[in-house]
Amino acid sequence: MDKTVAVVGGGVAGLAAAAALNQLGYRVLLYEKEAFTGGNVRNWDRLFPKARNAREVVDELASSLTGLTEIATGTFVNSVKSTDGLFEIESSGRPAYADAVLLTTGFELFDARKKEEYGYGIFENVITSADLEKMFASSGKPLMADGSEPKKVAFIHCVGSRDEKVNKPYCSKVCCVTAVKQAVEVREALPECEVYNFYMDLRMFGTGYEQLYKEAQVKGVNFIRGRLSEANETRTHQVMIKAEDTLVSRPLQITVDLVVLMVGMSPAGSTMTILKSLGLLGNEDGFAGIANAHTGSTLTLKKGVFVAGACSGPANITDSVNEARAAALRIHQYLGGV
Amino acid sequence: MADFGYSLVKSGKTDLDTAGNALARSVSEAEPGFNLCIACGCCVATCSAGRFTNFGFRELIHRIKRGEEKLMIAEAEKCMLCGKCTLVCPRNINTRNIVLLIRKHAIIKGL
Ligand SMILES: Cc1cc2nc3c(=O)[nH]c(=O)nc-3n(C[C@H](O)[C@H](O)[C@H](O)COP(=O)(O)OP(=O)(O)OC[C@H]3O[C@@H](n4cnc5c(N)ncnc54)[C@H](O)[C@@H]3O)c2cc1C
Ligand code: SF4
Ligand code: SF4
Ligand code: SF4
Repeated sequence: MDKTVAVVGGGVAGLAAAAALNQLGYRVLLYEKEAFTGGNVRNWDRLFPKARNAREVVDELASSLTGLTEIATGTFVNSVKSTDGLFEIESSGRPAYADAVLLTTGFELFDARKKEEYGYGIFENVITSADLEKMFASSGKPLMADGSEPKKVAFIHCVGSRDEKVNKPYCSKVCCVTAVKQAVEVREALPECEVYNFYMDLRMFGTGYEQLYKEAQVKGVNFIRGRLSEANETRTHQVMIKAEDTLVSRPLQITVDLVVLMVGMSPAGSTMTILKSLGLLGNEDGFAGIANAHTGSTLTLKKGVFVAGACSGPANITDSVNEARAAALRIHQYLGGV
Repeated sequence: MADFGYSLVKSGKTDLDTAGNALARSVSEAEPGFNLCIACGCCVATCSAGRFTNFGFRELIHRIKRGEEKLMIAEAEKCMLCGKCTLVCPRNINTRNIVLLIRKHAIIKGL
């Protein structure tokens, strides 16, 4: 067998798919626009649900690749042309051909500056969940802009999700559990620091997630059911936030040292461009369209083009990796292996 | 007996078997956004009227849905129609139109 599969995107989905395709005997061209593989997970510190080190997950997946995978890092895929079942990959590197294409282009973080009323990029003590992961990785605790430890932290759920005002009507799925995980981590790192989570619904869908919620309650995290309407900076660079405490039907305000915005997952910009170059469409939220939700989540409407991971919609690592391996099997079927 | 503008329910329990839904029906037919609220509370957090009274738009529509029609018609009078809630609503609900429709229903039905 001397068939080649182009995998576009070297996040956890791309890595898992490439490894599975190698095991099935296929040559893989793995494209990654950044200098390193691992995707967004490279930027996380400890993962939900069990605080596993993120780097360890990326390393495990990367080390399962064989010599059959050629990794092209720093190479951006612009478009894919299909002629008679052969795919021409047009990238910033040299042109290449493949017998099948798998899109694992993943997601981009919602740009929190678009939610101007929350003050990201304006108030120095408003950060995002991704910024907090970096702080945990570098100093093991959250810090205010002046380098001191916060005494009160607020996590704001659904920033750039479930919000038609910024054209993001969907739920990003992983930010509730990430917020709860980070709230627990703050309580552990700074036991004197009060933590408040402002949520609308706590979507604890995965194994171990509800337990994490209970752990947060045990550790003294305060949960307030209400969405933030606005944030304002005080003269001492604290942040005053306003919401309705909907469980007691009363407006509420609180001044905190640090606000953490749980930014949602937006479609990666190039997903749509590549789909269009293949004559395919995105779904209503701008992620990759799939053949059907129950039995065809890794198939597109074009033969030979497959998708896996967060490029087709918000997903955690477990689902991204499982989908990637499922896609490898679908590609094997398509290429006549079974 | 004095008319307090609403009927007393014996217990505090909502009884959906007997609750009235005429107001909820008439408002949601004219303004389907009435059914789209996700109870986030942004409207209440930003409300001009809520700064001076205990008025809350989120509670208003949910209590109408639970059949508290007369009481909520009186509540809706507190809204100043400033439209700040429309600016923050994540479901893009035309909140002012809902208040206007509640008032219209009250006038038509002589409530
Ligand atoms: C704040 C936060 C914390 C999270 N924490 C957890 C956690 O603790 N546990 C968990 O299970 N999940 C977590 N997740 C979810 C997790 O990040 C995703 O499940 C995972 O990143 C999806 O992997 P992916 O490979 O599909 O996409 P990505 O990680 O987005 O990888 C896609 C890759 O494709 C590359 N790419 C895109 N377009 C092109 C192109 N045109 N050419 C070349 N390369 C391209 C990108 O550079 C990127 O490297 C978290 C998410 C967020 C936002
Ligand atoms: S997972 Fe939670 S925080 Fe994220 S969009 Fe859904 S409801 Fe909001
Ligand atoms: S329109 Fe009415 S409900 Fe909305 S913010 Fe103004 S006063 Fe409050
Ligand atoms: S802002 Fe909109 S969705 Fe939120 S509670 Fe008010 S009406 Fe409902």
